[in-house]
Amino acid sequence: MLTLRSPLKTADRELARFRFRAALAGVAVVAAFALLMARFFHLQIVQHEYYTTRAEDNRISLVPIVPNRGVIADSKGVVLARNYSAFTLEITPSKVDDLEATIEALGKIIEILPKDRKRFRRLLEESKTFESLPIRSRLSEEEVARFAANRYLFPGVEVKARLFRQYPLGPIGAHAIGYIGRINKKDLELIEESEQAANYKGTDHIGKTGLEQSYEFHLHGETGYEQVEIDAGGRAIRSLSRTAPVQGNNLTLTLDIKLQEMAERAFGDRRGALVAIEPATGGILALVSTPTFDPNLFVDGIRSDDWDLLNNSPDRPLLNRALNGAYPPGSTFKPFMALAALETGKRTPGQSIADPGFFNFGGHQFRDDKKGGHGMVDMHKSIVHSCDTYYYILANDMGIDSIARFMSQLSFGQRTGVDIEGESEGVLPSPEWKKRRFKRPEQQKWFAGETVSIGIGQGYNAYTPIQLAQATAVVANSGVMFRPHLVRYIVDSRTGEKTMIEPEPMRVLPWKRQHVEVIKRAMVGVNTHGTGAKAFAGAGYVAAGKTGTAQVFSLKGAEYKSSRVKKELRDHALFIAFAPVDEPKIALAVLVENGGFGAQSAAPIARMVFDYYLLGKLPQGAAAEDDVEDD
Amino acid sequence: MFQDLLLRLRARLVARVDGPLLCIMLALMASGLATVYSATYDAHNRVLAQSLNMAVGLCAMWMVAQLPPPKLMRFGVPLYALGLVLLVLVFFFGTKVNGARRWLSLGFTRIQPSELLKLAVPLMLAWYLHKHEAALKLRHYAIAAVLLLLPFALIAKQPDLGTAILVGAAGFYVLFFAGLPWQAIAGLLGAAAAAAPFAWTMMHDYQRKRILTLIDPTSDPLGAGYHIIQSTIAIGSGGGFGKGWLAGTQTHLEFIPERHTDFIFAVFAEEHGLFGAGVLVVLYLLLIGRGLMITANASTLFSRVIAGSITLSLFTYAFVNMGMVAGILPVVGVPLPFMSYGGTALVTLSVSVGILMSIQSHRMLVRK
Repeated sequence: MLTLRSPLKTADRELARFRFRAALAGVAVVAAFALLMARFFHLQIVQHEYYTTRAEDNRISLVPIVPNRGVIADSKGVVLARNYSAFTLEITPSKVDDLEATIEALGKIIEILPKDRKRFRRLLEESKTFESLPIRSRLSEEEVARFAANRYLFPGVEVKARLFRQYPLGPIGAHAIGYIGRINKKDLELIEESEQAANYKGTDHIGKTGLEQSYEFHLHGETGYEQVEIDAGGRAIRSLSRTAPVQGNNLTLTLDIKLQEMAERAFGDRRGALVAIEPATGGILALVSTPTFDPNLFVDGIRSDDWDLLNNSPDRPLLNRALNGAYPPGSTFKPFMALAALETGKRTPGQSIADPGFFNFGGHQFRDDKKGGHGMVDMHKSIVHSCDTYYYILANDMGIDSIARFMSQLSFGQRTGVDIEGESEGVLPSPEWKKRRFKRPEQQKWFAGETVSIGIGQGYNAYTPIQLAQATAVVANSGVMFRPHLVRYIVDSRTGEKTMIEPEPMRVLPWKRQHVEVIKRAMVGVNTHGTGAKAFAGAGYVAAGKTGTAQVFSLKGAEYKSSRVKKELRDHALFIAFAPVDEPKIALAVLVENGGFGAQSAAPIARMVFDYYLLGKLPQGAAAEDDVEDD
Repeated sequence: MFQDLLLRLRARLVARVDGPLLCIMLALMASGLATVYSATYDAHNRVLAQSLNMAVGLCAMWMVAQLPPPKLMRFGVPLYALGLVLLVLVFFFGTKVNGARRWLSLGFTRIQPSELLKLAVPLMLAWYLHKHEAALKLRHYAIAAVLLLLPFALIAKQPDLGTAILVGAAGFYVLFFAGLPWQAIAGLLGAAAAAAPFAWTMMHDYQRKRILTLIDPTSDPLGAGYHIIQSTIAIGSGGGFGKGWLAGTQTHLEFIPERHTDFIFAVFAEEHGLFGAGVLVVLYLLLIGRGLMITANASTLFSRVIAGSITLSLFTYAFVNMGMVAGILPVVGVPLPFMSYGGTALVTLSVSVGILMSIQSHRMLVRK
């Protein structure tokens, strides 16, 4: 019995144990599934909102739509900067594994020149991390089609239709208009500081110089956005909503591009600058700096050979001489000195001096250009014939502080506030300036002898052509000063509303009317029977002017003969003028670097500009350059 | 007469088929088809192919259900031996796909022998333990464990951790239901824990990465963590009742990887929400519950352990898959039973259910 029961009992026990284990498994299964349900509950109920947002973020992408940049036109409506659309082939380096191999393979489908590669490499070094960079621009329709057929071979490479900036007149007015270029790290900082970061998403060009830079935020416009549904591969599936971009505002300039072109041509291959201002408004009619350059080269990122050519040229075409070149004004300083003498009561117009041809001061002889002197010289004659001795004595009588105080009212030695960035200050010499300028105590001291040369626009005097033009315009306008500006008005692209720039005078200098008249008459005399007479012979209007020659190189008493001096060491030629004298429509300053005498090389340029602007006359060949009286 | 014949034929057809199991399986297959449709209709639709797979699976299930357990037992040794030989062949001559040697090329087609082991291993172990039923000693368990470890190691070496775990689990369940003493189980667990650091160094980089990304999926959001991040977003954004069939954005914008195969649950949960997930979990619970019931009622040791192993394997598939998709288990290649697209797994699972049906329908016969 026992022997029979035993295995049975064992079997029963086995079965019981087995059922226990099966039940245990059942419990474990239920527990595991309960855990899963808890997880689902957590994901789908507790964190539902979070994951919904994540799914939406996944699904929806905001694609910026870059606005069209505003157009720049001259005062007559001639377009100076516009946009055109073209196809570019672009690579997003972060999406490409082997950049070299990709470019190599692309080169088999679309022509990629070594210069394109070079430029691409340069862009790569400067670029923001995730942007796409152009490897080829201006693709033909055929090239676009060829790439489209092979697109699947090139992840991270795409053809984009982009708007390009174009300067249809090329180098004409390049220093005023400026150019745009690709946004670099410094630009990015500026954009962020200006709280424009959101508006510049998708934008990859920005104004770098000239008006393109200073009116950047007007020209740029407002970026639009498109909400698109994208798939996991980042491909846009469909558009959900679209906020249209707002085109940038257009600029209408005071600049007359025909006048500008004419003035640039008048310089020929000489280096120099010219600023012409409408005295009654401060509007700049022409802003010349020669040699100039083609701003179109910069738009796509300049090629390195072009860059080297521009950057290494001894003529420094990229330098904006009109705003950043500082030159001694030479004798063009004299009318302002004379006005200062009248206004401070140091001289009356009729007061005369006897000019022996030199002025001795502190054991040093300050010589006049004319041997033997000009004889008896009053204020009128001192300007008409550019008598140095008169101004040596005057400067000494006035003293440096008085001179500096008067000249600073005229914007000498200060930024004029023109609407282009980076203007230089120039140097208006004074004892304070010397203290700031020099470190060693013995250099900081102002010597009375230094005041003497200031009187004829030499010494430490150094002004930008725009400062000289501005001072001339203020005299022409009898003391009413406007901030010089290139933009007449901004046209709001949405409303068409025009916003005028600088309609109000900046300051009115309380000059006596008869004082200004004395100066103006003397400057007219310059052009009728003085140093500018040759250049202005037969002009159909009454022009006021003053010639000037700025010493580049001190000859230490030796006779200056331009033919014997190397060209780079020749004097700079200057000329300031305005016309017509009774109701001035144009005031200007001309500077020809190493041009020699102002009367010879600078005054004829002024004549051509006036003839064109006042009479519509185009120049008939170059003016004669011989046989003129020295300044 | 003819009607009589029809009736007999019908009786013959349904005789061995377990109603509840079939119903649950059909319900799962239907949701699977609908989800595969949603997951693939943007690209090439796979519904037809999956329907064919299901038809083949149902036929296989029916045929297996006809075989009485003693006959099934006879398949144990030859299947196991064949599987092992094939695994060794894979080890030496296998075709490498994506860095893993899992396939054996037969010239006209490729087979994945590890799939065969999912059934061969429990059959073999059950047969062996059944043979020694009268006096099961620790020695027998030890030999069974070696029989289990051999294919486990070969599959893990391929590497195919997912399948290795499933095969290992199936074998372990056999030992468990056969009465492996608790001390031995505890010892095994202890040994596993002790071996973990060693196993870590043995693991392939991608396997380690998968475990690390489970802890912090954001550590590699575009690489290994991508699957988990996107599938949890899909599940979470589904909410209580889901975005609706064919309306899952994560699915249709292709953010969910492997969405018609291993990650099909993410599609389902995105489109049907917590409610849908609950229904699905209940279906699996019913399937497993029915399996455990069959297990409890089975009449022989072989039937019991094989039914128990199959049932818990079904659970393991479902749990590991959903747990992985929901981000609580590492990513291993385990399909969701009867839902995921793919013929091989479907046939294997159908055959498993067929074995359960056979055990259920033949239990009286054995008693008699």
